[in-house]
Amino acid sequence: MWLFWQFRRLCTKVNTMHDMVLEVVNRLLLPFIQLFGMYILFHGHLSPGGGFSGGAVIGASLILYSLTFRFARVKHRLDHDTSVFFEAAGALIYVAIGFVGLFFGYNFLTNRGVFPLGVPGQLWSSGMILIITLALGAKVSGTILSLFQELLEGGSDEHGNP
Amino acid sequence: MKKVLPVLVLAAIGMLLVLTVAEMPTFGDGQAPAHRGVMDKYLRDSAQDTGAINTIAAIILDYRAYDTLGEATVLFVAVLAVSAALYQGEHHA
Amino acid sequence: MSMEILERLYGNIYYLTSVILFVIGFHTMLTHRNLIKKLMALNIMDTAIFLFFVAIGYRQGGQAPILLPGVTSFVNPVPSALILTGIVISVSFTAFALALVVLLYKHYGTLDSDEIIAIRGKKHV
Repeated sequence: MWLFWQFRRLCTKVNTMHDMVLEVVNRLLLPFIQLFGMYILFHGHLSPGGGFSGGAVIGASLILYSLTFRFARVKHRLDHDTSVFFEAAGALIYVAIGFVGLFFGYNFLTNRGVFPLGVPGQLWSSGMILIITLALGAKVSGTILSLFQELLEGGSDEHGNP
Repeated sequence: MKKVLPVLVLAAIGMLLVLTVAEMPTFGDGQAPAHRGVMDKYLRDSAQDTGAINTIAAIILDYRAYDTLGEATVLFVAVLAVSAALYQGEHHA
Repeated sequence: MSMEILERLYGNIYYLTSVILFVIGFHTMLTHRNLIKKLMALNIMDTAIFLFFVAIGYRQGGQAPILLPGVTSFVNPVPSALILTGIVISVSFTAFALALVVLLYKHYGTLDSDEIIAIRGKKHV
């Protein structure tokens, strides 16, 4: 009888998913992954990378975060509304940047003549491209995270079980 | 029969594709028709036109920025479609 | 004659690899009945097309198309820029197809395409 209760306690412990190793390693690893994603985003016009790949790295790190700390802290810090907000904000910034060119009398999404281009090769250069890269990064990371969350929520039944 | 038929069809298709590959320009050939288009213009002018030294970023975010906006729209529509397909209603959530 | 063809194939080894990947994906698509495996096969075929398209843009001795001082020979940037669009489309339709697979599993209780067809046939008769 005692063995049965011990076994049952172990099972519930496994079910709530509090793995010490996973949490500690992820707490160490996540800042570096996100820093790498930020590097890819900010150097999108100087080195291989750009909005899509940097956003994918950041989105993957957020997926890792929400898989590790399963439902305890993630629910109120990284819920579905946040990811959808980032996604919509990225798309809106993109369109707004396009309308800036229209406002100055050029075509939609004009770079040269509207934004200061700077010296090619420096970090703060290339005008519109840097802003659009950051917006695309926010959009792609939000898209990946919200796709993950939708598949996770939609795949479960009414009681929340997968 | 059910196992052999796909293999036969795929052997025919694969043979066709392999023979096409044998007729293509050699890998890495600088004089291939793929390199006679707008590549030189992009490589020559992109730093001056856009201020970015990464030519691919210059192409997708400046010369073809409208195309990339459509790409972002495709991602948005994908999220919308998945959301619409898996929506369960408020009382289930 | 056949030696010449073999030599040309060896020179185009990247194109040949993409053809092999495409045929592998097509074979899985035709013969397997699990819907998830069919989706994986579709992604393998996608990857084959991407490899083919990017390999077209290579030039002998070319560097990545980043205009650093001192580098004079670059690969073709146009196929790489076009393939980015393809990757995004691939991610989008994979997500949507996974959502549809989830719906199918909820409705029919199986992922086997033949069983789904059988269940549908029974329902209509």
